[in-house]
Amino acid sequence: MAIPAASQLKLYKNMLLMRRFEEGAAEGYADGFIGGFMHLYIGQEAVAAGAISSLNHDDYVIATYRDHAHALARGTPPEALMAELYGRETGVCKGKGGSMHFYDGSRYFVGGYAIVGGHLPIATGLALGIQMRNEDRVVMAFLGDGASNQGVFHESMNMAKLWDLPVVFLCENNFYGIATAVGTSSSYNEIHRKAQGYGIPGRVVDGMDVRAVRAACDEAVRYARQGSGPVLLEARCYRYQGHSMTDPGKYRSQAEADLWKKRDPIPRLARQLLEEGIATQAELDAAQVEANRIVEAAMQYAERSPEPSPAALYEDLFVENTFHG
Amino acid sequence: MAELRYFEAVTQALQEEMARDDRVFLFGEDVGLVGGTFRCTEGLMAEFGSRRVRDTPIAEAAIVGLAIGAAITGMRPVAELMTMNFAIVAMDQIVNHVSKMRYMFGGGVKLPLVIRAPAGGGTQKAAQHSHCIESWFVNTPGIRVVIPATPYDVKGLLKTSIRSEDPVLFIEHENLYSTRGEVPEEEYLLPFGVADIKRPGRDVTVVAWSRMLPEALKAADMLAREGIEVEVIDPRTLDPLDQDTILSSVARTHRAVIAEEGWRNVGVGAELAARIQEHLFYDLEAPVQRVAAADVPTPYARNLEKLALPDARDIADAVLKITL
Ligand SMILES: Cc1ncc(C[n+]2csc(CCOP(=O)(O)OP(=O)(O)O)c2C)c(N)n1
Ligand SMILES: [Mg+2]
Repeated sequence: MAIPAASQLKLYKNMLLMRRFEEGAAEGYADGFIGGFMHLYIGQEAVAAGAISSLNHDDYVIATYRDHAHALARGTPPEALMAELYGRETGVCKGKGGSMHFYDGSRYFVGGYAIVGGHLPIATGLALGIQMRNEDRVVMAFLGDGASNQGVFHESMNMAKLWDLPVVFLCENNFYGIATAVGTSSSYNEIHRKAQGYGIPGRVVDGMDVRAVRAACDEAVRYARQGSGPVLLEARCYRYQGHSMTDPGKYRSQAEADLWKKRDPIPRLARQLLEEGIATQAELDAAQVEANRIVEAAMQYAERSPEPSPAALYEDLFVENTFHG
Repeated sequence: MAELRYFEAVTQALQEEMARDDRVFLFGEDVGLVGGTFRCTEGLMAEFGSRRVRDTPIAEAAIVGLAIGAAITGMRPVAELMTMNFAIVAMDQIVNHVSKMRYMFGGGVKLPLVIRAPAGGGTQKAAQHSHCIESWFVNTPGIRVVIPATPYDVKGLLKTSIRSEDPVLFIEHENLYSTRGEVPEEEYLLPFGVADIKRPGRDVTVVAWSRMLPEALKAADMLAREGIEVEVIDPRTLDPLDQDTILSSVARTHRAVIAEEGWRNVGVGAELAARIQEHLFYDLEAPVQRVAAADVPTPYARNLEKLALPDARDIADAVLKITL
């Protein structure tokens, strides 16, 4: 099914915003506004942009600690995300979560999780809830290649298929879990086939091509939505930066990185849009200017925002803070 | 004497024990090719090869479980968990298996294995990456809990841990890795269950371990300027615990403060306070004070994290509360 022209331009804008947001976050980190662990998404934009564009507004999205782009794709205001990175009261989690723990319940973004694999049973449980409530929804769960070696990955696959739950597992295979290459950590490298033994269909998709990701996810989401059960997609992609801000990434060769950068999803889509007359160069230029402006504004907003009040330390632990009887 | 950084003391201990005993082998996430997230295993794969220094998948439960199996066969595994936060993923293997097997099998097996992992918050790593949960394991009989704060203690205690016939959880601290300290050139081992008086003083006893040790020493400096002489004791191993050194100090100073980075509620400090009052109730001049983390998940925002985690100022305040 062809992707409408307007949607394609939107995908382009979305990817630009993601990249610019990450560049801004890197600046904020260098300037000392952001601390802790921060994992950039630069290079992988086509995956979150394409995949999340396949969803309805009320489908659930759940992600790892590398979660900035997923929240942006869900439509969470960039200023609330940047403010979270800056640890400010106006952040999506009131400054309590930081980079690894974005959350936006109003947009069905169920959060970023920092324990590798820990969110996969949660994703499966979301799908169980959807099924029990007879809702017309699906779950899209992002995971890394490294996560597919955790026990809970396998436990989740089995139960998702056992009950034919409406969940699309999308493995962003960037070929490394920190410094460990897929080939040295996985006995079987075709991650999309890892759930075949559980009866879950799998498919590999070019994660550097946003239109390919979108098409594969359209199909997977339709399959899950119609009640056929879970799907495991593997999007092959590459993160351009180190694993996190403190990782120089010396375990990867320059030649390898260069090869992947030639397939960068953003100029690739730009070329396609121009060739197919879907957008003009002026429109694409304007999109870049707009992305820069949004991120600049987000950074200013974050910097202006207040820190959480000391009282916030003890807030939000429980719903019911008083004991009765 | 040579000056070493904390992480280098880890490397030296591992290197010496691997050279000494070829049953010792290391495995864990990113320990081989890149020499460990905190550089603790740098150079070891090159020296000992990829059979004895193995990179593993991200699979903490299995990492610990494999260590058990290998130990049963007569190997001496040293498993690294990238951080203590991931020991929680391996909790079943550690609590249901490692620490139970010898006893429930009537002494039939021995498990000479070491699980190394760094703990700690303080650099905005937020709720899932800031754990100091030594109390959970001290509460679990059947596993030794070793938690050194200085390069000297790291090296001597890690060597002892590797030679131990019993399973050891060896807890390092992420924020101590770059700290420096004197370490003898010649070989030495440090025994379990022997606390170290890091600074003698007559007015009040502060018990502190891991990252709270440097904080306690800082507090002692601050208080010395006000004429209060603090005795700082590092138990270094929490299981076994050198209760005698702590009690005899408190018997002299009549005042005690316990500082830990973990949560206050049912922390190690609660146990120590209980023991102090059981033995020394009539010697105490003031209630035993506990300095610990606020009982909330560690928040990300810098100001909130600073409020949540204990530091030298909090320790000094606790001392002042019972000495003025
Ligand atoms: C249970 C657990 N073990 C180890 C870690 C440390 N760690 C953080 S990210 C990561 C690599 C994950 O790789 P992958 O799943 O491929 O995701 P990517 O970072 O490449 O997106 C590791 C080992 C963790 N956060 N949680
Ligand atoms: Mg990866």
